[in-house]
Amino acid sequence: MCLAVPGKILARQDMLATIEVGGVTRNVSVMLLPEAQVGDFVLMHAGFAVQVIDEEEAKKTLALFKELEQYAEHDK
Amino acid sequence: MLSMTNEEVKKAAAFFTKEIEKLASGRSLRLMEVCGTHTVSIFKSGIRQLLPENVELVSGPGCPVCVTPNEYLDTAIAYSRKSDVMITTFGDMLKVPGSSSTLAKEKAQGSDIRIVYSSLEALEIAAKNPDKKVIFLAVGFETTAPTAAAAILMAAEAHLTNFYVLSAHKLVPPALRALLASGKSHVDGFLLPGHVSAIIGLQPYDFLSKEYHIPGVVAGFEPLDILQAVYMLMLQIHDQTARLENQYSRIVPKEGNPSACTILSQVYQQTDAVWRGLGKIPNSGMSIREKYQAFDALLNIPIIVEETKEASHCQCGKVLRGLLKPSACLLFGKACRPEHPIGSCMVSVEGTCAAWYKYGAGRWQV
Repeated sequence: MCLAVPGKILARQDMLATIEVGGVTRNVSVMLLPEAQVGDFVLMHAGFAVQVIDEEEAKKTLALFKELEQYAEHDK
Repeated sequence: MLSMTNEEVKKAAAFFTKEIEKLASGRSLRLMEVCGTHTVSIFKSGIRQLLPENVELVSGPGCPVCVTPNEYLDTAIAYSRKSDVMITTFGDMLKVPGSSSTLAKEKAQGSDIRIVYSSLEALEIAAKNPDKKVIFLAVGFETTAPTAAAAILMAAEAHLTNFYVLSAHKLVPPALRALLASGKSHVDGFLLPGHVSAIIGLQPYDFLSKEYHIPGVVAGFEPLDILQAVYMLMLQIHDQTARLENQYSRIVPKEGNPSACTILSQVYQQTDAVWRGLGKIPNSGMSIREKYQAFDALLNIPIIVEETKEASHCQCGKVLRGLLKPSACLLFGKACRPEHPIGSCMVSVEGTCAAWYKYGAGRWQV
């Protein structure tokens, strides 16, 4: 039930944001995330944006996973 | 967000599984994934089969539908039978058996039950149907509870007088404490729920390492996130340390989401709650504060509920505490199947029994 999906905020009016997810747009409430801004990637759950995705941290995780490839190869 | 080729994912997964095997060095270890969404991701991606046999992933009490007790369902079913009431609910609740019926059966017999994806849809339905009492079945953990709290605040602001909430929200950390305090679950480490933590942050889990000396890692939901989190747990177990770590830093800041927590505590207060399988756990539920009592279904719409009965032989309670594998239940795959569930763990797509049945673990032995 705690499934949540990431999307990008395209527009915002008061507590309502238009968010793009995989090419589809939908409206979600930003009442639980008032600091969200246009251009932010956010995590959505049950009609609400609940967290801003930290792009720097996402890049770090991705870089780490990609780096492991070298170690996996060395191990062979 | 994490765009990788299949080949890259395979190689990273191979690295993690190899290291996990080395670190375990033959010891039998039990790691508990607390969250139902993790359970599904683990089964779907075949992580249980990738891990060495001696490192076992056990599902915990993290499927909100599964831990909702019969009494709550019986109450919802009794409300649905009233002609002036309309029930709004997440779809997962429909097939969950109560003592003698389900919401799906009641719907088939004419009760007005609407499936919604958000508490906001329930609000819209209430606004469009002023002659009906619209009850929202508020089920879910800390991720979902703030969305129901926000709906109550919006209903108050819009002066809606026909919107009610039947709250069964539950809190994860008190349940983990209860599991550990019981001394029966024998868990060597916890994979902690990523999206619950996105709201509550890291501090509420401090007691795991400080009081029980058990490692915990907040984990994301991609297969590699989960493997990395298992690897992080194994490093701690190998070094005989117990810390709280955060694998899911792209989503979970240390402090969580303070705005959501503020709204949650503005509307709800902590209260004791009954969990299926775990019984009553102190301060593990949420009840609506006095200021917003006008939206509390139980306080405003009188109802007589049938006497609650538990399904005999159903072992959901033991499964939810990680004490029993679904395949060891006499009903699993025989009398209890997804199309004819006897216990809640077979109903929800996130239920442990449903995941075992659907993704094959144990399926061919029955």
